[in-house]
Amino acid sequence: MMNLVSRLCGKINPISVKDYREYDGLKALEVCLFNREPNELVDIIKQSNLKGRGGAAFPTGLKWEFVASENNDTKYVVCNADEGEPGTFKDKVLLEGCPLQIIEGMIIAGYAVGANNGYIYIRGEYPRAKKLLIDAISNLEKEGYLGQNILGQEFSFNIEVRSGSGAYICGEETALIKSIEGDAGRARHKPPYPPNEGLWGKPTLVNNVETLANIPLIINMGPEEYKRYGTSSSNGTKLISVSGCVVNKGVFEVEFGITLREILFDICGGLKDGKQLKFIQLGGASGACLPEELLDTKLDFDELRKLDISLGSGAILVVDDTVDLLGFVKTTMEFFKHESCGKCVPCREGNKHIVKILDRIIQGNGTERDLDLLKNISMVMRDCSCCGLGQAAPTALITTMRFFEDEYNDLIHHHYKKDIDKLNREVIVNG
Amino acid sequence: MGKVSVNINGKDVTVDEGTTILEACKKINIKIPTLCNHPDLETKGNCRICIVEVEGQKIFSAACCTTVRDGMKIKTNTKRVREARKIIMELIISSHRDECLSCVRSNNCELQTLSKELNVNNVTFDKNIRPIKIDKSSPAIVRDPSKCIKCGRCVEVCHDVQGVGAIYNAFRSSDMEISLPFEAKLDDVECVYCGQCINVCPVGAIYEKDDTENVWDAIEDKNKHVIVQIAPAVRVSLGEEIGMEPGSIVTGKIVAFLRRIGFDKVFDTNFAADLTIMEEGNELLYRLKNNGTLPMMTSCSPGWIRYIEFFYPELLDHVSSCKSPQQMFGALAKSYYTQKFNIDPKDIVVVSIMPCTAKKAEAIRKEMNDSGHQDVDIVLTTRELGRMVKESRILLEELQEEEFDAPLGISTGAAAIFGSTGGVMEAALRTVYEVVTGEELENIDLYDLRGIEGFKESIVKIGELEVKVAVVNSLKNAKKILEMIKKGECDYHFVEVMCCPGGCIGGGGQPIPGNNEIKMKRIDGIYYVDKGLSIRKSHKNPAVLQVYKEYLGEPLGEKSHKLLHTHYNYKSK
Repeated sequence: MMNLVSRLCGKINPISVKDYREYDGLKALEVCLFNREPNELVDIIKQSNLKGRGGAAFPTGLKWEFVASENNDTKYVVCNADEGEPGTFKDKVLLEGCPLQIIEGMIIAGYAVGANNGYIYIRGEYPRAKKLLIDAISNLEKEGYLGQNILGQEFSFNIEVRSGSGAYICGEETALIKSIEGDAGRARHKPPYPPNEGLWGKPTLVNNVETLANIPLIINMGPEEYKRYGTSSSNGTKLISVSGCVVNKGVFEVEFGITLREILFDICGGLKDGKQLKFIQLGGASGACLPEELLDTKLDFDELRKLDISLGSGAILVVDDTVDLLGFVKTTMEFFKHESCGKCVPCREGNKHIVKILDRIIQGNGTERDLDLLKNISMVMRDCSCCGLGQAAPTALITTMRFFEDEYNDLIHHHYKKDIDKLNREVIVNG
Repeated sequence: MGKVSVNINGKDVTVDEGTTILEACKKINIKIPTLCNHPDLETKGNCRICIVEVEGQKIFSAACCTTVRDGMKIKTNTKRVREARKIIMELIISSHRDECLSCVRSNNCELQTLSKELNVNNVTFDKNIRPIKIDKSSPAIVRDPSKCIKCGRCVEVCHDVQGVGAIYNAFRSSDMEISLPFEAKLDDVECVYCGQCINVCPVGAIYEKDDTENVWDAIEDKNKHVIVQIAPAVRVSLGEEIGMEPGSIVTGKIVAFLRRIGFDKVFDTNFAADLTIMEEGNELLYRLKNNGTLPMMTSCSPGWIRYIEFFYPELLDHVSSCKSPQQMFGALAKSYYTQKFNIDPKDIVVVSIMPCTAKKAEAIRKEMNDSGHQDVDIVLTTRELGRMVKESRILLEELQEEEFDAPLGISTGAAAIFGSTGGVMEAALRTVYEVVTGEELENIDLYDLRGIEGFKESIVKIGELEVKVAVVNSLKNAKKILEMIKKGECDYHFVEVMCCPGGCIGGGGQPIPGNNEIKMKRIDGIYYVDKGLSIRKSHKNPAVLQVYKEYLGEPLGEKSHKLLHTHYNYKSK
């Protein structure tokens, strides 16, 4: 376990600027404002090899560079605190433990990319965190760290807190932007990407809570020191939220490079009640279901990518072997069926059909054809959907069909009712 | 603008920076399938049918909304692409009520065509169709959500082109539907009945209310004297319904056809358009001389009238009090015409054929009964006339051209151009100029006011007077003028407003498809009609002059006022 990004959580009064300053808080911001040019900061973040912690793992420095290079008087920084992925609660720990650190990261980001306004979009289900953020912002304003001419410098930055109403899709950056603008949260096609045309059509930097919380650390320790943590492709640490059938649940900060097995057994103390592992789902409901054989995989973006798996939000759901596999997948798919925005065909229609077909299989009426349909729909959803929601929605289905194919087949053959295909279709072919 | 080179299916092509994959493919004669994409609307990327493979990318890219990058390698015809497209089609079809044989859009349905083109021959998914609840509440437009494929075009045209916002995306996920606010009916909301949603719908989910049966019945009724008027835009568009080139002029053939199927007289809305110019031109002069409310805005377009009544009732004084040509015709048909030919007004049926869905609603406005009866009885759209042509089994394209009946069929070139954006303005200026100066206007083609652009302006010197005019089409552009008036920044004297993009030739009752390219051809047809007429100024129309002499007296006179002018309603939002 590590104690880097989350080092202040639980240690200080989360909204006390004084407490925060005692632990080097706001030092990074001061250094930036007094001694660094914006473009130097972009370079530092690029050198640190920090990758987005929200799920897509896009290089943060590159994103900053895109926004910084836009020639526009009005730009925005948005902190994505709409932590809606089921099983994910790591941002909550940071939001409630060290909101000042996140905000400091945001102000630095604003300075680096040339933005004067920021929004924190926080999910409606985090009322405590929202209150803390508002108080933290107000305290920083009082101390001159936010508002007009911060610390007497030319740079001004304001932050507003906006809140979602429970739609999962609003964690997707374009839907999030729509929601801040006051529209229904519905994803739109990219390009244009938010760094070019985001909030109200202006260049917008959207960063996850954990990503922003890393910024002051990187500035303080320097990119080279920061890069000593983690692996060559994945630097720094990661907050993971572990839940399910496991002895120690909760949020843990780990260094990249640790194996899933180490997380599960060394940190979390293994499965509860001596149960056997069926799989772990990595990255939340939209994440892959990995069987025991893959537990030696390292927490590392590149290594996971080789397996065609994404780390996602860093959630780990531990599932024991008493679980009803198809029931689990169906529940997951029902979640996405409920949360799809309905804009694009594969996601809108696909989730609906998948739930229906899984239900049919569970009821004992499944056929080989249904397996083909599941494969076809999930493939189309993954490859053709407009946004990340639809693309990632069938991941649990795809991975369980890949790693537990036999169980799907068994269910179909065991219950296989002869000629059911014909009964449903009533097709008579002559000759 | 920079150039980028891409490789599509092994073929190199150089295109402008910012070109989409879709456009780049078109350049080398590859037609990527599209459904939610419409040439005149913004890209939405909803349907995903246009997906293609891009080298180095795991997932597909939607060709309509992905711009090409230099060195991009694109594949449009791999097994993976073909299969994915088929599955997407099947997903769409599975929630579409495909009663193709009896569907109003059969043979003109983009989903049907695409399904055929993509070789979809089996839908393996369970059908899942909404309960059939067809909204027939409006006099003009019918909605059938069970056929809606949620492409989003209608919502876009209603909000972004017309600025009306009667239809919305409601709910989400598989419950998402295109709906009216709070599931109201069309008649309950601020729908202006422009029918632009119909024109962009790829399937049969929204269409005009069909009144053809009423017309057949009227013709069949031996006790009725049934007369018909056709609008300027219809004669350059109907041909499309029977497979002719856009812009083909079929005036004489329509006249012959209408006579063949049994109309007692075949008249022309253009006659009433000339009359409109006489009244409206004089109204403008009156307002200019007497410090009247300016700018004066035209009143021919019933969608526009509904719009201002709903959204800017406080500015209604700016709208000319003239009835639209359709209604002027109706009022005269049931007064002047019946008296002259000794027909009992209750035995006459006035049918109009219009490019417009809103005209159906205009005809039943309660103030449109100055003759003592409903002035216009039945309104058909161009599409419905096309349907009657087919149903009659008469080969319209083979018919010998015939002339309109007199007197209500005599018209000028000024009336002909009413069908295009800018036409009413041009026609009015041709007359106002000569009335004011007493001189003949030599150069009567006012090119500044022509063309499909949404907002045009010009200054015309009329004697001592410099008249500043503007021509707008589509309601979003009309809104610009209204906002200017509200802010006190509008110094135009006269503004022509047409509700539909392109004017009446782009009306909600016109043949589908009707994109800008096709509309341009219809407009060319309109000006060709104008050029070919010997009289091209409304005040030179002998039949119009005769009506004033025999019946109306003078423009803006007492009788004209009663029959040819109207008032508007302050609808509350």
